Amino acid sequence: MSGSVGIVIVSHSIDVAKGAADMVRQMVGEEVRVAYCGGNAGGGLGTDVNLILQAINSIWSPKGVAIMVDLGGAETNSEMAVEMLPAERRGSIVICNAPIVEGAVMAAAEAAGGGSLERVRAAAEELSAS
Amino acid sequence: MLRSMIVRGAERIVASAGELCALDRAIGDGDHGTNMKRGLEAVLAKAEDIVALPTGEALSAIGKTLVMTVGGASGPLYGSFFLAAGGAIERGRRLPDDLADVVAAGVEAVGARGRSTAGEKTMLDVLVPVLDALRAGAGRADLAGRVRATARQSTERTGPMLATKGRAAYLGPRSVGHIDPGARSSCLIVEAICDIWEERL
Repeated sequence: MSGSVGIVIVSHSIDVAKGAADMVRQMVGEEVRVAYCGGNAGGGLGTDVNLILQAINSIWSPKGVAIMVDLGGAETNSEMAVEMLPAERRGSIVICNAPIVEGAVMAAAEAAGGGSLERVRAAAEELSAS
Repeated sequence: MLRSMIVRGAERIVASAGELCALDRAIGDGDHGTNMKRGLEAVLAKAEDIVALPTGEALSAIGKTLVMTVGGASGPLYGSFFLAAGGAIERGRRLPDDLADVVAAGVEAVGARGRSTAGEKTMLDVLVPVLDALRAGAGRADLAGRVRATARQSTERTGPMLATKGRAAYLGPRSVGHIDPGARSSCLIVEAICDIWEERL
């Protein structure tokens, strides 16, 4: 599935992040490109730029990567992580405005079906009331 | 002078970690002090390498260290401040003459990163008045004292504000009556810098 969009789940809690990734694999299939991270550098609840960068790079796909976040700091740290990537990767990453669990499942389903990064994002963001 | 400012500012934050956590427990997730302490301890550990750099690069190195170690939303916010301030110097601004412009670059970056403006009960409610005080008092002998007073007063003013950004915004009206922890940590850093500035005049 190296030809599919990768999904990164960033939660303040490693347990939430892992649980969401487990649900994605169960519902979409083991072959889906999904990575997750959670918790801060001190081992507590929070988010960490280094861990987000590692997660992005671990499932990097030429088709791009869609990031799912929970509370504000996860989004801010994800934006920071994206800015720290090489310029050629930066344009192929989106941070989705979507509920983290449902968004990850919808995005992964679209990605597994071969959808483009924009379609993956749209699938996740359909869930958010605007 | 940069060494003294880094050390004093970092030590002040480390010493105030408990107070910052207590403020954050009231209207956030209670980890602001712990997070800032971890970041500033990382800056202190690298202080000698940082001060050996040209000023712009030194500020950028502080920013990068904070981004990588603080976590929470504060890491990217404080990190962006120092990265942008360092960038302004690297692009030709000079200290102390262009101090207000350098600070302005940092404040703008915080606003962009947090998609926030003053009045939303955040660190910007200290940083924006501090920048205004720097501009208004440019050239005055008592500038450091005026800036410090502005930082303190503007921190107190976040108490009655209603939070509309950051974790405290989830509390809505219950955020009223508590000083914003990010405003307080910004104030502590500004105060430490003003102290060194006055001691060296």
